[in-house]
Amino acid sequence: MNDPILEMRGVSKTFFGIKALRAVDLTVYPGEIHALMGENGAGKSTLMKILSGAYRPDPGGEIRIEGKAVRIEGPLGGRAAGISIIYQELSLAPNLSVAENIYLGREMSRSGLLARGAMREGVGPILKRLGADFLPSTLVTHLSMGQRQLVEIARALHARSKILIMDEPTTSLSAAESERLFALIRQLRAEGLAIIYISHRMDEVYALGDRVTVLRDGRLVGSLDKPEIRADTIVRLMVGRDVSSFYKKDHDPEAGRGHPVLAAIDMADGGRVKGCSLTVHAGEVVGLAGLIGAGRTELAHLIIGASPKTSGRLELEGRPVEIRTPGEALEAGIAYLTEDRKALGLFLDMSCLDNINLAVLGRDAKLGWFLDRDKARERADRAFAGLSIRAANVGVPAGGLSGGNQQKVLLSRLLAIAPKVLILDEPTRGVDVGAKSEIYSIIDNLAKAGTAILVISSDLPEIIGICDRVIVMRAGHIAGEVSRGPNSPLAQEDIMGLATGMEHLDA
Amino acid sequence: MPDNSAVGVKPASTTTNGAAAETRRQRMRMLISALGMLPVLLILCIGFNVLSEGRFFTGQNLGIVLQQAAVNTVLAAGMTFVILTGGIDLSVGSILAASAMAGLTLSKVPELGMLWLPAALLTGLGFGIVNGALIALLRLPPFIVTLGSLTAVRGLARLLGADTTVFNPSIPYAFIGNGSLTLVPGVASIPWLSVIALLVILVSWLVLRRTVLGVHIYAVGGNESAARLAGIKVWAVLIFVYGISGLFAGLGGAMQAARLYAANGLQLGQSYELDAITAVILGGTSFVGGIGSIWGTLVGALIIAVLSNGLILIGVSDIWQYVIKGLVIIGAVALDRYRLQGSART
Repeated sequence: MNDPILEMRGVSKTFFGIKALRAVDLTVYPGEIHALMGENGAGKSTLMKILSGAYRPDPGGEIRIEGKAVRIEGPLGGRAAGISIIYQELSLAPNLSVAENIYLGREMSRSGLLARGAMREGVGPILKRLGADFLPSTLVTHLSMGQRQLVEIARALHARSKILIMDEPTTSLSAAESERLFALIRQLRAEGLAIIYISHRMDEVYALGDRVTVLRDGRLVGSLDKPEIRADTIVRLMVGRDVSSFYKKDHDPEAGRGHPVLAAIDMADGGRVKGCSLTVHAGEVVGLAGLIGAGRTELAHLIIGASPKTSGRLELEGRPVEIRTPGEALEAGIAYLTEDRKALGLFLDMSCLDNINLAVLGRDAKLGWFLDRDKARERADRAFAGLSIRAANVGVPAGGLSGGNQQKVLLSRLLAIAPKVLILDEPTRGVDVGAKSEIYSIIDNLAKAGTAILVISSDLPEIIGICDRVIVMRAGHIAGEVSRGPNSPLAQEDIMGLATGMEHLDA
Repeated sequence: MPDNSAVGVKPASTTTNGAAAETRRQRMRMLISALGMLPVLLILCIGFNVLSEGRFFTGQNLGIVLQQAAVNTVLAAGMTFVILTGGIDLSVGSILAASAMAGLTLSKVPELGMLWLPAALLTGLGFGIVNGALIALLRLPPFIVTLGSLTAVRGLARLLGADTTVFNPSIPYAFIGNGSLTLVPGVASIPWLSVIALLVILVSWLVLRRTVLGVHIYAVGGNESAARLAGIKVWAVLIFVYGISGLFAGLGGAMQAARLYAANGLQLGQSYELDAITAVILGGTSFVGGIGSIWGTLVGALIIAVLSNGLILIGVSDIWQYVIKGLVIIGAVALDRYRLQGSART
């Protein structure tokens, strides 16, 4: 290829004596999609913040853009050097129009007055080039997540950036929006932009990456060219050891023939869920797949009584049960792990101990009211040991833990009630690779112990890796079920076919 | 395997250094928030003692400070429950007045006079439960609901005495307002008002820190949606905290009635809610809920009492006392902000 557009040589960053980045060499060429991977805390965001100018690197390193050494300083430094970053949480002002957002901080004015018309015209060509289906005058609040991302990209192009850094851009996008974004990223690559693409998701990296660079503990541990990009290689680089059985599955996959534990019959909420029935057996891991918006989380919320149902009934171990609140679900032995652990799961300011014990405080209480602190302490200690939760002690606030450890704390709370049915909604979202593997192994052990487990996940390799069979939802209905044959594993194409409604084409 | 050279075989270096530093920082933070405003209280006491040439630290003056702090401490304890859930109760001053009026009115009825104390408490509890029910069951914002009852209950308080001052010089249990509990005869005694305030603080601590309900209160304030999903009856917790706030306001009303032998529906308890809120915020309880302690509230209430007493001792005019107390409120909220920056809430 031609000359590199970005060269980083020996770039380090030290915080209070701790090396967050150690002598990283990174080379990025124009017209390439360069995937950047690594566990949480590996140094990806530090690297990004250096390129954006938010952090200043330690002296000694060097950053060259188009061959010229540059110093990136201050929040506008990155943009001045031709680097734009699109963060996971988009940084748009929803109360302003598309054009105003694109010009934010560099507004056009005529004799001191805002030149709205000129700004709208100015962004027209870029929006057209990106294939936007909204107007420059549209308020951002009316746009979907995918459209908002387009506005961010338009802002970057408008600033004539040559390097575009995207941090997990598909986190809040639907599958269709993600596909559109991928097409756009490829188009930008063809136009000669360099794209640094940060992602946890292997499938995206396969689909997009021309090269993959992996960071671990602040070091660059390897760069792979297209033909070398393979899941096991990347995982080994990220974790630093062989992950031979990433998806652990020791439990009996034939358990599905055992007795049914949870049967949901004709559940509907009058909106997103339109009459769904499913059964989960003891010791079985059932996947619930589908596109974002298919109604999977909503179905789970119906089952646990978190939202009111318009029809449907539940049977638990063959007997009808009435569940109107999440509290009643827990009492009946149905536990639900939310997909949004920070907003709906954890109490970030409360200690891990309280977080873990919350569901069983009443049951453990002395005289019905008073906390049994010894029991709580024991339970928390056991959870820390059993699930290898890493934190200074059980008393620290849950908010200070890494994503994987937070997830394990939340999982411990559910396991404390010894659930008969465990519904896991995106159990490994925002969790690093090492903890992912540990969570898979926890799920496997629970199934071995006879728990009926329903896993909602958008990560198909994960579903295929850990589940015995997969129920697929589409637009509020159960579209079908995919089982493994005597010798054939679950097939990704079958699941996607059902999820998108294209199954008849494959037949 | 073309990438082997890049992988290397170095063991993954741990970040124990970082973890230890983080733990140390967390401990420091916890210490700062645990001590909270206690140093400020001590500095104020010593400062006023110096400025007043030793008149602050006398047995008599300290007794006055404790007595003055008592009613506000009781109100602030109830307010702590409410603010811990992320709510606010603006109606405590009005509820205090209505409870005192109800109590005094009943105390003048022959035969039933002895029941005035429970009547005052139940009046407060009733208004509190109404507040809580409106907030928990109709999902109305606490600020609006209690702003409404601030006005409405004040009106009811005036109605109770036909808009006059109700006197009862022979009110039963008058000792709780003006008597003292003798600790060492002739040497040390403590006003009954302060004993009650201290008991309220102890009971509040017991509920908040040692019962299941206490954890649920913190949980609702920390993350209401998560609390609901975790099976906590959020509505019951909310009704409880507003009920407690009303009950303690009723107790405050009884304390005032016993102290003054009189109550006026218009004047009694005016803007008491502001002192109570100030005490809670000074005590380090976060306005967004989920963080805070009852001991902090006690310190906050003592700071307010010491401030009032000390400013009078050194001869600061009534007008300037207002200015200084107002600035203290703003300073307290600034502290709240500063504290939140360091919390796990990100």
